[in-house]
Amino acid sequence: MAKRIDVNALNVYYSKFLAVEDISINIEPKSVTAFIGPSGCGKSTFLRTLNRMHEVIPGGRVEGEVLLDGDDLYGPGVDPVTVRSQIGMVFQRPNPFPTMSIKDNVLAGVKLNGKKISRSDADSLVEKSLRGANLWNEVKDRLDKPGSGLSGGQQQRLCIARTIAVKPDVILMDEPCSALDPISTLAIEDLINELKSDYTVVIVTHNMQQAARVSDKTAFFNIAGTGKPGKLIEYNDTAAIFSNPEQKATEDYVSGRFG
Amino acid sequence: MTTNALKSKSSTSGQAGDKIFSGTALAAGVLILVTLFAVAIFLLIQALPTFVADPADISGGEGFFAYIWPIVIGTVIAAAIALLIATPIGIGVALFISHFAPRKVAGPLGYVIDLLAAIPSVIYGAWGYMVLAPALVPIFEWLAANLGFIPIFAGPASQTGKTMFTAGIVLAVMVLPIITSLSREIFLQTPKLHEEAALALGATRWEMITMSVIPFARPGIISAVMLGLGRALGETMAVALVLSTGNLIPSLIKSGNQTIAAEIALNFPEAFGLRLAELIAAGLVLFLITLIVNMIARGIIARHKEFSGAN
Repeated sequence: MAKRIDVNALNVYYSKFLAVEDISINIEPKSVTAFIGPSGCGKSTFLRTLNRMHEVIPGGRVEGEVLLDGDDLYGPGVDPVTVRSQIGMVFQRPNPFPTMSIKDNVLAGVKLNGKKISRSDADSLVEKSLRGANLWNEVKDRLDKPGSGLSGGQQQRLCIARTIAVKPDVILMDEPCSALDPISTLAIEDLINELKSDYTVVIVTHNMQQAARVSDKTAFFNIAGTGKPGKLIEYNDTAAIFSNPEQKATEDYVSGRFG
Repeated sequence: MTTNALKSKSSTSGQAGDKIFSGTALAAGVLILVTLFAVAIFLLIQALPTFVADPADISGGEGFFAYIWPIVIGTVIAAAIALLIATPIGIGVALFISHFAPRKVAGPLGYVIDLLAAIPSVIYGAWGYMVLAPALVPIFEWLAANLGFIPIFAGPASQTGKTMFTAGIVLAVMVLPIITSLSREIFLQTPKLHEEAALALGATRWEMITMSVIPFARPGIISAVMLGLGRALGETMAVALVLSTGNLIPSLIKSGNQTIAAEIALNFPEAFGLRLAELIAAGLVLFLITLIVNMIARGIIARHKEFSGAN
């Protein structure tokens, strides 16, 4: 439960193209860390290296190490399937499995790798996960209906329920609210605050107010120009990043002067 | 007098384009229905003498039903063998091309599979007759010796190999590219989002395929198999060349059995009068079988509409 992440000198490539250069960052357990920065600066790419989803893209590879409580995710003999079951991910657009019911969506990850679960355990896990995602009251009467029939915000919370049902150590969120309306966004942000008590949460966001509202620490990424690799410019307590940044580029970005 | 400002001030060319397009589309749609209807009417009228004739005058002397049902069964058996072989292989090859093969292999392999569809059926027939049938004889003999107690493998095995089983295999090869190409296209269209959702939960590649790719592709796979079935049911030349025809028998490794399409093709050149009407009536039956099979397939797809992801 809630492990820390330490990244040392990580380079991220798409085939030969260096997309993100030399990232070192320490993420505390039971905290919310926000990645901000202009489009194309590599923050989503970097996030996807934290659960080995980056290599799903043809040509995607990394150099360096990512330690989860001291264990290297990219060490020899480490199975990405195991990594991903311990480090969950919520995507930019809600992506419940369209052919599955709400209940089956929640249980999708639990039933993987040949694991069996009794009906009563399954029912209580579904309720617990949906309550954990603040969705239970809205869907408890239609658990057997397709997940794709829910609203966008509900679908995103269903995806969060699906992620926490497998009891991960870390939850990664890649702009989870960018496709949602303000009310749904608020619901997700409240949820992130609650998730913090059990999980390590890392969130990529374009919305600086959101980063300021939900995160404990903020990392600012930037890119020198098109074709250049993205870099971590500044990483500090969220309050310091927004009120008293050390770098000029950070100050320009958070004050809205570019990006 | 006030005029409605929203009324279009001129009949613009854009509106004319719309009208022309919708007219063309409507005409194309109607043409399909008219063609289908015309075929059905032709078959009905030409086949009519068969149904009013004295049963003793029909081939076999026991009426149309007694004449048609053995070749209906034969047609269905040949198509069933073809689909039983081609469906798993086709889906497997399609999955290999879309999700497992390195891109350097996937492209050429897909191209080669598509080429299979371009080979004329008479070539398949010749290959089945000259190469496949003799090669299968030892296998048929082994089946007759060891599994002969199962009626479909009852001996003595054909010494030419020109059996229902051989015809089914030839049909399977002919149907394979249809099922493979269509399935592959559907598999490639699976939203990345759903594939990544499965992977991010800790799914293996195979689990990702069963969770996101197959459910998404299911209606497409059914359509692909139905198109394949259509070809298998209607295929004439290959069956006519490969199958040594005869009466309906349960054994698939002896000479015998017949399909509707081959029956029509083999007898049509010399048929006249009532015999001609009989063959056209057989064609009508084939038409109905295809229609029913397609309706069943549509039904299967529609039953899962709620979960199709289209909402």
